[in-house]
Amino acid sequence: MGENLDKREDGRTVVLGLEGTAWNLSSALVDEEDVIAEENATYVPAKGGIHPREAAQHHAEHMAPVVKAVLDAARRDGLAIDAVAFSQGPGLGPCLRTVATAARALSLRFGVPLVGVNHCIAHIEVGKWKTGATDPVVLYVSGGNSQVLALRRGRYRIFGETLDISVGNALDKFARQVGLPHPGGPKLEALAKSAKEYIPLPYVVKGMDLSFSGLSTAAAQAAKKHDLADVCSSFQETAFAMLVEVTERALAHAEKKEVLLVGGVGANSRLREMLNIMCEERGARFYVPEMRFMGDNGSMIAYTGLVMLKAGVTTSLAESRVRPGYRTDEVEVRWR
Amino acid sequence: MAEEIGRGAEAVITRDGDRVTKWRRPKGYRLKPLDDRIRRERTVMESRLISEARRCGVPTPIIFDVDNFSLTMEHIDGIKLKDVIDPALSEKAGELAGRLHACGIVHGDLTTSNMILKDGKIYFIDFGLAFHDHSLEAQGVDVHVFFQTVRSSHDSSEELVDAFLRGYARTYSRAGDVLKRVREIEGRGRYL
Repeated sequence: MGENLDKREDGRTVVLGLEGTAWNLSSALVDEEDVIAEENATYVPAKGGIHPREAAQHHAEHMAPVVKAVLDAARRDGLAIDAVAFSQGPGLGPCLRTVATAARALSLRFGVPLVGVNHCIAHIEVGKWKTGATDPVVLYVSGGNSQVLALRRGRYRIFGETLDISVGNALDKFARQVGLPHPGGPKLEALAKSAKEYIPLPYVVKGMDLSFSGLSTAAAQAAKKHDLADVCSSFQETAFAMLVEVTERALAHAEKKEVLLVGGVGANSRLREMLNIMCEERGARFYVPEMRFMGDNGSMIAYTGLVMLKAGVTTSLAESRVRPGYRTDEVEVRWR
Repeated sequence: MAEEIGRGAEAVITRDGDRVTKWRRPKGYRLKPLDDRIRRERTVMESRLISEARRCGVPTPIIFDVDNFSLTMEHIDGIKLKDVIDPALSEKAGELAGRLHACGIVHGDLTTSNMILKDGKIYFIDFGLAFHDHSLEAQGVDVHVFFQTVRSSHDSSEELVDAFLRGYARTYSRAGDVLKRVREIEGRGRYL
């Protein structure tokens, strides 16, 4: 981070983005067209689930090399940075604070604006950018979130969401209880492929809302009596059918024609297949971004920061406090 | 001959004379045993809640037949409350919603399109999203949905909202607490 970066005069906007709401610390550099560079460091606990303080320590330790990698790329290409974007929330407080501190320092260092980005909205914006979806119903499924959203009167409104834990969290909980190593999702998916029988598990949809906590408990119980592959498959079938049902309902209600899948759980091929069938049955179009843009990544923060910056939305130091419970519908979408 | 009169995310509704049939369509994305179970359970639950609501003093269609995935019931040959609502009718709708909630039933889609006026009586229809729940949250969402439809489709909506609440408070002792929760739900900015 030594010398000044040269300003380019070609109208290109370059934004540095920092993500670190949970497991993954990631920095990226993007312009209007594409991702220029991205660097990641992922926290992997010795055992069990995520520990917020340890994850934050991980992020603090890896911040310098992760940021340096994209700054080196900027220097190599002779690019000036126009803004520093960071994920302001929702997420784990200690992780968010580590990232926000680094972002403020970089913004001061380069004398460029700071842009606080809502993490959930960043998943949606990068998904639209990379797939060409224009006005989708979004199914956002990850370790921390399970929501169905769509843009309505200038905000990403939540049509349906989980009443207790996220689907990713339920998957992880179940996987831990039956002794599958972390991360549980891919292991569960692999096992489910050899299933022979469906075991009934609680299917809880209340109007537009979902509940997953009873499902992971019931599945762990069922694993004591049934073949693990069957339970894994039944877990997936039940949880995903609930998600697809609520997505379909939102599609009908909001009268939209596109579905966009985002978030880490979106990597699951059975979930994709089910959404695809539903979309075909309804005559809607289904979009999924490339894998690297599904989970948490710096590029999504950088890109969302870029569109916000171009719409004149920046964050003063005074407003840059982290927001662990930041809701999607608190953000006025002024860039669409 | 039965003719199709409605199609939602879940079911197809056909009418044959004075009867309507609601058939829950199979969903290709769900595994068959799971799909059959859900469609069967919901059909049975819906018919139960419709009858239960009537016993609680809320007019609903009479059920003629429940068969696996379809429900055949009385066709209420009236006019949607949406097209005729005035403060007096809104107050009456509030009374009925209060009775329903006092009974522990949440409608799940309490819009003025799901209320039919016939011979001076308001019928509640479409219990497809209904469930048993005594919580303020669930009842609050019900009332919130009603307010939203009224506010988005009628002039002098505040008059209608106030009238609804008068009726609601008359039949439901926890009306004040529910209203408080409605305000909170509005503050959260949830769409539904």
